[in-house]
Amino acid sequence: MPSSHDWINKPLGVVEAMFAQSNSNPEWEAKVLEYFKGQLKEKESHSWVPSLNDVPLHYLKPNSLVKFRCLVQDMFDPEFYMGVYETVDPSTKANVLRCGKYKDVTECGVDLNSRNTVTAERQTFYCVPIPGESPWAKEISFLSAARVVPSTSYVPSRQKRSYEEDDDDMDTQPQKQREPHTETPQIQPHGNGDSKRQETEAPSSQTTTPSDCSSHLDLNFPLPGERGPACLVKVYEGLDSFKLNDTLEIYGILSVNPVLTVLGEENMETPEEQRAHDPPASLVPRLHMLYARPLQHNNPLLPSAPTEDQSAFVSSFLVEMASVRAELLAYLTHVLLGDGLAAEYLLLHLISDVYTRRDVLPLGKFTLNLSGCPLNSYTERLYQIVQQLVPCSYRLSMSLHTMNSMRLVPKKDYVANRLVSGALQLARNTSLFLDETQLEQGQLDSSGVRNITALGNLISWQKVDYDFSYHQMEFPCNINVLVTSEGRSLLPSDCQVPLQPQVTPPNMEEYLTTIHMAQFTSQINKFRVYLSLARTLDYSISDEVTKAVEDDFVDMRKDDPQSVTAEDLHRMLVVARLLSLSLGQTTLSRDGWMRAKHIDMLRRSRTEQQKSLNGNEP
Amino acid sequence: MDRSKISTPTLRCFVETGPDHLCINVFSSVLPSEVDMSSPLMYGTPSSRVEGTPRSGVGGTPARQRPDLGSIRKAPQVDLHSEPPSADGAVASEQALGQKLVIWGTDVNVGTCKEKFQRFLQRFIDPTSNEDENAGLDLNEPLYMQKLEEISVVGEPVLNVNCSHVQSFDADLYRQLISYPQEVIPTFDMAVNELFFERFPDSILEHQIQVRPYNALKTRNMRSLNPEDIDQMITISGMVIRTSQLIPEMQEAFFQCQVCAFSTRVEVDRGRIAEPAVCRNCNTTHSLALIHNRSAFSDKQMIKVQESPDDMPAGQTPHTTIVYAHNDLVDKVQPGDRINITGIYRAVPMRENPRQSNVKSVYKTHIDVIHFRKTDEKRLHGLDEDSDQKLFTEERVQILKELASKPDVYDRLSSALAPSIYEHEDIKKGILLQLFGGTRKDFSQTGRGNFRAEVNILLCGDPGTSKSQLLQYVFNLVPRGQYTSGKGSSAVGLTAYVMKDPETKQLVLQTGALVLSDNGICCIDEFDKMSDSTRSVLHEVMEQQTLSIAKAGIICQLNARTSVLAAANPVESQWNPKKTTIENIQLPHTLLSRFDLIFLMLDPQDEAYDRRLAHHLVALYYQSEEQIEEEFLDMAVLKDYIAYARTYINPRLNEEASQALIEAYVDMRKIGSGRGMVSAYPRQLESLIRLAEAHAKVRFSDKVETIDVEEAKRLQREALKQSATDPRTGFVDISILTTGMSATARKRKEEVAQALKKMIQSKGKTPAMKYQQLFDDLRGQSEAAITKDMFEEALRALADEDYLTVTGKTVRLL
Repeated sequence: MPSSHDWINKPLGVVEAMFAQSNSNPEWEAKVLEYFKGQLKEKESHSWVPSLNDVPLHYLKPNSLVKFRCLVQDMFDPEFYMGVYETVDPSTKANVLRCGKYKDVTECGVDLNSRNTVTAERQTFYCVPIPGESPWAKEISFLSAARVVPSTSYVPSRQKRSYEEDDDDMDTQPQKQREPHTETPQIQPHGNGDSKRQETEAPSSQTTTPSDCSSHLDLNFPLPGERGPACLVKVYEGLDSFKLNDTLEIYGILSVNPVLTVLGEENMETPEEQRAHDPPASLVPRLHMLYARPLQHNNPLLPSAPTEDQSAFVSSFLVEMASVRAELLAYLTHVLLGDGLAAEYLLLHLISDVYTRRDVLPLGKFTLNLSGCPLNSYTERLYQIVQQLVPCSYRLSMSLHTMNSMRLVPKKDYVANRLVSGALQLARNTSLFLDETQLEQGQLDSSGVRNITALGNLISWQKVDYDFSYHQMEFPCNINVLVTSEGRSLLPSDCQVPLQPQVTPPNMEEYLTTIHMAQFTSQINKFRVYLSLARTLDYSISDEVTKAVEDDFVDMRKDDPQSVTAEDLHRMLVVARLLSLSLGQTTLSRDGWMRAKHIDMLRRSRTEQQKSLNGNEP
Repeated sequence: MDRSKISTPTLRCFVETGPDHLCINVFSSVLPSEVDMSSPLMYGTPSSRVEGTPRSGVGGTPARQRPDLGSIRKAPQVDLHSEPPSADGAVASEQALGQKLVIWGTDVNVGTCKEKFQRFLQRFIDPTSNEDENAGLDLNEPLYMQKLEEISVVGEPVLNVNCSHVQSFDADLYRQLISYPQEVIPTFDMAVNELFFERFPDSILEHQIQVRPYNALKTRNMRSLNPEDIDQMITISGMVIRTSQLIPEMQEAFFQCQVCAFSTRVEVDRGRIAEPAVCRNCNTTHSLALIHNRSAFSDKQMIKVQESPDDMPAGQTPHTTIVYAHNDLVDKVQPGDRINITGIYRAVPMRENPRQSNVKSVYKTHIDVIHFRKTDEKRLHGLDEDSDQKLFTEERVQILKELASKPDVYDRLSSALAPSIYEHEDIKKGILLQLFGGTRKDFSQTGRGNFRAEVNILLCGDPGTSKSQLLQYVFNLVPRGQYTSGKGSSAVGLTAYVMKDPETKQLVLQTGALVLSDNGICCIDEFDKMSDSTRSVLHEVMEQQTLSIAKAGIICQLNARTSVLAAANPVESQWNPKKTTIENIQLPHTLLSRFDLIFLMLDPQDEAYDRRLAHHLVALYYQSEEQIEEEFLDMAVLKDYIAYARTYINPRLNEEASQALIEAYVDMRKIGSGRGMVSAYPRQLESLIRLAEAHAKVRFSDKVETIDVEEAKRLQREALKQSATDPRTGFVDISILTTGMSATARKRKEEVAQALKKMIQSKGKTPAMKYQQLFDDLRGQSEAAITKDMFEEALRALADEDYLTVTGKTVRLL
């Protein structure tokens, strides 16, 4: 049982020991980081660290090492703190040097006039759980964390939220029996009765979930209805390497000292600002960062770090790639009512990724517009299926009311001095599902127009202009946008596919549920791995194929210069790239190019058909 | 003198415990006296309030406390040479070595410092000064002496001192000023007052002169502030985002004994008042009560400043800093102002709470402001040479100059512009020249007003020819760019609107995109979709470079020296080569003639082009970042290059170039005169000059030479060839753009009118005819096809001649 690790339970002890040894040689700071990094490198060791995402705050031991999978939502101003300070012992009058790093509060009797005080700088990031994280992703990481008993008394027995069965639940049961024996930290869970009841009660009394506390404290989650802890992360090193909206896995020392809330008297800040920057530690814990790992993806089924075992994992999966693709395609075809072409495009869309930018032009984005979607909750079901496949997603129902009232673009609130989040503040590769079938006729007000413009900008340039009231600031993003609409969408898109249903099930709801139920969890998991993995593959075009593509383009133009433009070439190159990657091929072959051309032609003939159909309408 | 020696603990103890007479109060001249001396409140106050003034001339003028320099700290002087410090030794050395005394914790000797500063004031001359603050001063006389004279005349007792002047005069003094502002600035105050009252003994000032240094070169960027800057003087730039209400801050508390009415004053020390427990007069304990209206207060305001967007790295949020303004600096700035702040950076530990054993280990930081300088205020009047004070390091300038010396710099830069957009070389070159702009000329003395230096460009062409992408690129490149879409913007959004502040009920002028992009580029996409009323606003901006507003009682003229880069789509979905530009995009010719260059972005539909395009696009998708970077200039270099040229290069026409320009213009006029039409207007000459100047700027040349004129001519010709070719004749015809109609079309119109007249005359005396009948007759008679539009135009022309009138469906002869 790896529960007796001092570096997890008492990391501050480790830090202090190193500080004491150092004789104020500044190198000790680097050594501390080195040490924790080394500890975490060990196999499996990072899974021993309890995660704020999975374990309710009141079960975590204060001042222990915890991890947090999160998105940097806001960056506060840097602050100066006492890096080293001196205390005077009131009884012995002896001066003692102390280290203030990784702590919020000093020891008693600080000598404020001491010469040995070293002022240092750190910055606070406001971090929230990754917005729109799919329930299955949470579930899996939660269960895998539960397998290793964390150094807390907490026994995961969360209610199942998704309709997925998982017999892992059985594994967790025995641990509950062991609970009384494990060491209980400061906060005693109330009794040991019915665990389910306890789970639903505990958060409300401790107000860790925003569901009931949002009324008096806005935790500033980008998406409405999100749950989970927000965290103030104190960052000490490499401040420039972090950017807003980065997804990180942060390892740090948890600080929930209740003193934090009391201290904050008489300063010039407005009450709003104080509330935003110094929320009660029981609600928004402080985390002193020791190590942070940028996350390429948050799919718990994939090894997260680019290590050797990842490359091994990739090469083993590549063998299966083609077969998984075929299965997934079949599945999507069913979902899209038998439309194979639309399924193909949906698949390509799901693995698309902005892989680079040329000056202002994002390359690799592939916004798909599925037009001709059947009404009546079809899109909703479709979203649920997409959500089952990708680790991060959000469905924005574009009804007139939401467009007029919802805040999509983050806005700086100067009174509280924080960035008020909006629904477009999303982590990279989040699937944004825009449901235009919900839009009805009516008047868009000015905020509605702004929202539509923001969505248009997001699709065309993959950027969001955050509103800083006196000016705007551009933040690049990488969001997969899928638009479902009846006719052609009013938003721009890279590619429009009119849906041509081959089957018309009498009961749509039932039809889709059956399709979904027919898939085994293991199968779905394969799809999930496939989609996340295909995106990360490298891709290149050989000189020979380049030449062929060029020739092809010239020929196409020769036939009909009006119908093939530079934009079409852009799109076909993206399609070719995605098509190759979806088959696990890392270079474009001539075949791949022909296939891309072929499906694009099919699609175009379909849109033209649609156009002429519409033209005939009175 | 080294500082570490001074701050050894033993020495510190000595100063703290030393006898009172050792601590010379250096700041006796800055005693607090917020209250006017002549006010009745001052009656009965001890005369000691005006004691301690160095000279009799100063005596009459009350000193004013400087809360910006922090609470009046007892600043003892220490003798460096008396070691180990013993009480006796110090007393002796105080008299003997008066010159070597320094203020504790610093290496500042009051006497030397004062002397140095007086010398600076008396001698400093800056013949090359071009600051607007020095306007009207004789640059060859000592600058600050003239300013003192100004103070004696105007009576505003504030002396602003440019730190860079101090630095160039005496680097050591500058270093002391930056490192120990709290000690040095009061010394400066003393020095100035001595000097001033010596010179102008009779002048009456409200209070003693205060020195306000500005432009400390130490720090420019809020982000680079770090713990080392604490208690030093810094200058940062930023934007005001919030200001607080006025806060009265107590400077001196007035206590009165309830028993014997004995009164005493207690200075506020670091925000605390040490309330006297015992009355010194009657020895009663706890009898003293604070009398509020006899205590001295000073004004204080909290201002929040945010770093300007240009300063920050991509992907991070801007930092903010708290700034405290005191006394007359209160309410000097408004939210939204861009300012440079000079002040002292402070870090205050969270206050110790006696009830709590441990404290938060965080410091509160703020800046006590000494001097504000608005950077955008000047933009409202006159030129702003240094508002964008972008500093270039010497290496950077070297790189830029090296680049400029390359013969192909023009081509290099233009190809570095939006490399992802394929070809359109001339358009890119045009935009490049627009980015540089012409030379500013001021003819206001001769009544002409400002001469437009900005180049306006219109791109029209088929949808999907990456016009928007080009606009986006330019918008991202320039520091003060605005991007709007014609579809979504209204006239007020472009210009300015008046808004009522919900809190203060004050009318506030909110500026729109055009004003915001003053000195920058305003990119307007979908220009053709703009409503007429919105477009009409542009008329003034694009020629006069100003915006006049008369709304809700606010009448003003704002500067909008912005270049306009617009993109328009043809009215029909595709560009119709059979029609003129005007017909294709349906924009009024009055507006079109204000564009220097109008380019068509068309699909050339030619195989070689297709091949190159395909190659370019495919390369985009497989080349790695490094390859691309090797090929093209870095965007940052391009940005700096443009900023440098815009700031420092002001080319003027040389003789040859003027001749070449004249020739070019005459040539252009000649082309048309053969066919009886005007082929060039003075506007074309003006834009030719602008383009030539911009091209000289690209070369970093101070002179416009013939090659610049050649390129300007070529570019203008290219643009005209594209946009002003008469589709009927194939000739370039400038009147398409200036009058909206080609000369041939006009001739044709006249012919039709004449034919119609002839036809009516041939019909004999019929007073009224049917409209439709007449149209049919004319169609039957004429060989060429006559459209209804042409017919109506002909009728209108004849009506203008008073030959006939049209009423409804009948035509009447007169």
